[in-house]
Amino acid sequence: MYAFIAKRMVATIPVMGVVALFVFLMLRLSPGDPAAVIAGDYASPADIIRIRAQLGLDEPIVVQFGTWIWSLARGDLGISIFSNLPVSKLIAQRVEPTLMLATTTLLFAIVVAVPMGVIAAWKAGTWIDRAIMIFAVAGFSIPVFVLGYMLIFQFSLALKWLPVQGYTSPFVDFGKFARHIILPTVTLSVIYIALIARITRASVMEVLDEDYIRTARAKGQTERKVLVAHALRNAAVPIITVIGLGVALLIGGVVITESVYNIPGLGRLVVDAILKRDYPIIQGLILVFSFVYVLINLVIDIIYTLVDPRIRY
Amino acid sequence: MSVLYDRVVDSSLRGRFAELRRNVLQRYPTMTIGGVLLILMIAAAIFAPLLFTVDPIKLDPVVRLRAPSEAYWFGTDMFGRDIYSRTIYGTRISLFVGLVAAALSVAIGLVVGMIAGYVRILDSVVMRVMDGVMAIPGILLAIALISLSGASLATVTVAITIPEIPRVVRLVRSIVLSVREEPYVEAAIAAGTRLPMILVRHVLPNTIPPLIVQATYVCASAMLTEAILGFLGAGTPPEIPSWGNIMAEGRTYFQLAPWIIFFPGIALALTVLGVNVLGDGLRDTLDPRIAKKM
Repeated sequence: MYAFIAKRMVATIPVMGVVALFVFLMLRLSPGDPAAVIAGDYASPADIIRIRAQLGLDEPIVVQFGTWIWSLARGDLGISIFSNLPVSKLIAQRVEPTLMLATTTLLFAIVVAVPMGVIAAWKAGTWIDRAIMIFAVAGFSIPVFVLGYMLIFQFSLALKWLPVQGYTSPFVDFGKFARHIILPTVTLSVIYIALIARITRASVMEVLDEDYIRTARAKGQTERKVLVAHALRNAAVPIITVIGLGVALLIGGVVITESVYNIPGLGRLVVDAILKRDYPIIQGLILVFSFVYVLINLVIDIIYTLVDPRIRY
Repeated sequence: MSVLYDRVVDSSLRGRFAELRRNVLQRYPTMTIGGVLLILMIAAAIFAPLLFTVDPIKLDPVVRLRAPSEAYWFGTDMFGRDIYSRTIYGTRISLFVGLVAAALSVAIGLVVGMIAGYVRILDSVVMRVMDGVMAIPGILLAIALISLSGASLATVTVAITIPEIPRVVRLVRSIVLSVREEPYVEAAIAAGTRLPMILVRHVLPNTIPPLIVQATYVCASAMLTEAILGFLGAGTPPEIPSWGNIMAEGRTYFQLAPWIIFFPGIALALTVLGVNVLGDGLRDTLDPRIAKKM
């Protein structure tokens, strides 16, 4: 078990290595002078020289890569071109709202989607099943920001139930935090709910054909217990996998949801960086988000062994 | 009685077409709905100038921010441009990006996946690279590529295609790995068939049905990403109307003029829904084994 965890952790190194190499080469191999691209259309030659020096672009490429990886290993993500502050500091300042939104979304999505999927599988072929599946396909198709604006329009502007936009830290005022986070959470959850519900239905349906389900029913087990303790438990592995893979969707969605709801998190940091063409920030965030994604999927691989004792590595 | 009579006598061409239509609808309901939605959108893109549109970039400050009315079906934006015309013309960008991204990622993924599946030495290297690219959130990757190369229709399309490639590679590789163990491939090898021939004759046909399905999902996801990039200000240049940048311009005026965001948003949602539903229908038809599982 510990050997497996250690092996699995080592396996994340090449993946992160590829991410780092990709991000590194993207800037160096892009057409034109990267320093000029980053400096923008109105930069003076002095600006370009300054940026080139700041990014270390005047050194041989292997040296550049070495220096860059070494500074990454020490947690140094570079310096923002626009504000001249370390990228790691800028990210640390903005991480809380994003973390809160991602957590509420993850919890809300799982709590809603798993029962939905189980019920759809249980009632397979009925109108309940069909309604849930139609919701799932629609959830995949509606763009996050369109949904966001529709919800703001309905619940904030027309009904005036919830605040329009903004964010309050839960450590400052929890009530205000809760009211601000409801709409962003629902908005960001929909696509994730669609994904999880779909795979839950498929996975539970497959398990429901098994002999042990018939045995459980035959011995007079309540239907609820059959579904939860027997079917869902055995169907858990693909569901957990999709929850992990779906984190990629979540990360993409956070960027947009934060823009729609004016939440000062990492997503807004990216969007502001695009408008100012502050490449070190974009690069730093790519590395951080990819690292989080790899880490979550590592944790999920470890959870497998806990959920399903049949999986032995 | 009359029903029976209709069925027997109506063997005219029109009657037979009606019969065929009933059959297609009955046998492939989802595919038909998706296909019809997609065809409507393609038609809108091609015949945009004929669909009662005006010049989508014509400024008319006198009629700024007008609500939807008989003269302006979807209202106007802050420069007095007609949202209906802009939405119809925006179909072109969305479909172009979706279809090109689907074709490109399938073509590249097919080649890379076959190499990974058949050339043992390269397999683990290629797959580690794909794992790495997959770990980068697609939207951020596209944003980074665009911020480096500047936003044009071509760079946006390429930037959207790259994050879609790894999933195609994985799919192709897994098919190649299972097909190469099949008895008919062993037989072909025993009969002295050369590798390129085996790939073209035996492996390629097996990849086509799942790739068609995958292409529809790539197309849907590419159209969403294109709109998101436009919405965030990293999409196609503002002088070409696309659903993403129409909505981006509407953000500031959202409380005053929500129609600027709603109409292109609904058009986007319907198109993506059509493509997704078509994909589900194709999957059910082309690959009944997976269909039963989903």
